[in-house]
Amino acid sequence: MRETIGITGGAARPRLRGGTGFAGAFAVLDQYIGVLITFALGTVIVLGMVSGSMIFGARSKGRRAVKDEVFECGNPSSGPARGRFSVHFYLVAILFIVFDVEVVFMYPWAIVFRQLGVPGFIEMLTFVAVLGFGLVYVWRRGALAWD
Amino acid sequence: MGLIAVGIAAVKAFAVLMLVLNMSAVLLWVERKGSALIQDRIGANRANVFGVMPLNLGLLNTLVADPIKLLTKEDMVPAGADKLLHFLAPFLAVFPVLVTFAAIPFGDELVIGGQAINLQVAALDIGILYVLAMSSLAIYGVVLGGWASNSRWALLGGIRGAAQMISYEIAMGLALIGAVMAFGTLDMQAIARAQGHHFFGVIPAWGVIYQPLAFLIFLIAGIAETKRVPFDLPEGESELVSGYFTEYSGMKQAAFMLSDFAESVVVAGLAATLFFGAWQVPFLFRDGFHFPGGVIVALPHLAVVVLQIVSFTLKVFALCVFQILVRWTLPRYRYDQVMDLGWKYLLPLALANMLVTGIVIVSIG
Repeated sequence: MRETIGITGGAARPRLRGGTGFAGAFAVLDQYIGVLITFALGTVIVLGMVSGSMIFGARSKGRRAVKDEVFECGNPSSGPARGRFSVHFYLVAILFIVFDVEVVFMYPWAIVFRQLGVPGFIEMLTFVAVLGFGLVYVWRRGALAWD
Repeated sequence: MGLIAVGIAAVKAFAVLMLVLNMSAVLLWVERKGSALIQDRIGANRANVFGVMPLNLGLLNTLVADPIKLLTKEDMVPAGADKLLHFLAPFLAVFPVLVTFAAIPFGDELVIGGQAINLQVAALDIGILYVLAMSSLAIYGVVLGGWASNSRWALLGGIRGAAQMISYEIAMGLALIGAVMAFGTLDMQAIARAQGHHFFGVIPAWGVIYQPLAFLIFLIAGIAETKRVPFDLPEGESELVSGYFTEYSGMKQAAFMLSDFAESVVVAGLAATLFFGAWQVPFLFRDGFHFPGGVIVALPHLAVVVLQIVSFTLKVFALCVFQILVRWTLPRYRYDQVMDLGWKYLLPLALANMLVTGIVIVSIG
């Protein structure tokens, strides 16, 4: 039976709480064998692809100064490009962290939602109300406006 | 964990990776020919083989001639670029997208010699979380590509891409919560199996019937995540040259192109699994078709499995083609419109969808 754990899946697959002690915990890790193999295969394929032109590509000799310049529509490059950019992008990143972390909190709740019933739903309503208040706040303060 | 089990997992992983890669390549061809059809032109139809004569190789143009051409291009790294990050960016753009498919089931169980093989590379309990985690890693490819190139166009494209992708990730995550509430699990094979029955014996109980709004939000957010028209501001060829991959050439540039199409395949695969019954064929059960009215057509086990895999592939392909149709039908949004759509429309809508789903489930009991 141990041979097929994690590969066959289905109803026979043990859950974390179903396993006993050490062996139970490792049975869950068996699920990730497929992920590991996919990672290994994916690394080989993508690395081979990305380095393909470095190995098989043409190579030009001679003066490279102009060719290596970054493309700025034909004008001579005016120095390093990593300058300042709009602070709005920074605000979006901050808002993302706030909202995305709250979304992650909702996933465990969504699974056990039926067992929790009405009390669990009211608790989540409170949580969403706080989240919604935050959204209205940043909206009214103009953090979402682009002009 | 025996060697046989590992071997089976390796075969499945290889098959799924090939499915995604090949479907991406075929989609590139569909996009070229499809866009030509929509715009009333002929489209790419010549390949110059060894400089002899232009031949019309059809699909082979895209599948063989283009990769060879890109492979033999010079690999350019612009002056002042961060060489390591410049190399890493295309890798990080493609790799997370490819491995995402490990959690998506492409069929039910295949029984060979008494051993059941689950047609899913990794039967994860937390399948949806794995998919979301991996697909959001692809942002690094965009940001690093923009940053490492030392080009103004690339930097602007990279930053635009990052802000856009993280904005739509919230709406996408919230839309999926509605679906998770309806199914009560994150295990994608369990979700696929839960869509096997029929309402009133005729309507397949696919997720889109429980969660139509979630599907709509997911699809819009998904197209935005793949950075395609009408949300292609990170690339925006008419304003940013080529956006975050302006300074890439050869296979590295091809990797970025591939990541766009592979992302479309992943979005389509996820949408098919959660909202269109995954590998389910209407009225097909493990022993054959059970049509309404009591007509039963018995089928051998292998035929059922093949039908399921074909059904999944066709659903994914149809959703990909739909994305391509959207791409060649709609004009590009302005950047403030893109951000408004994500934050001011989709996010509140997804929250409302979640609450309505909760109220319905609570009141049904």
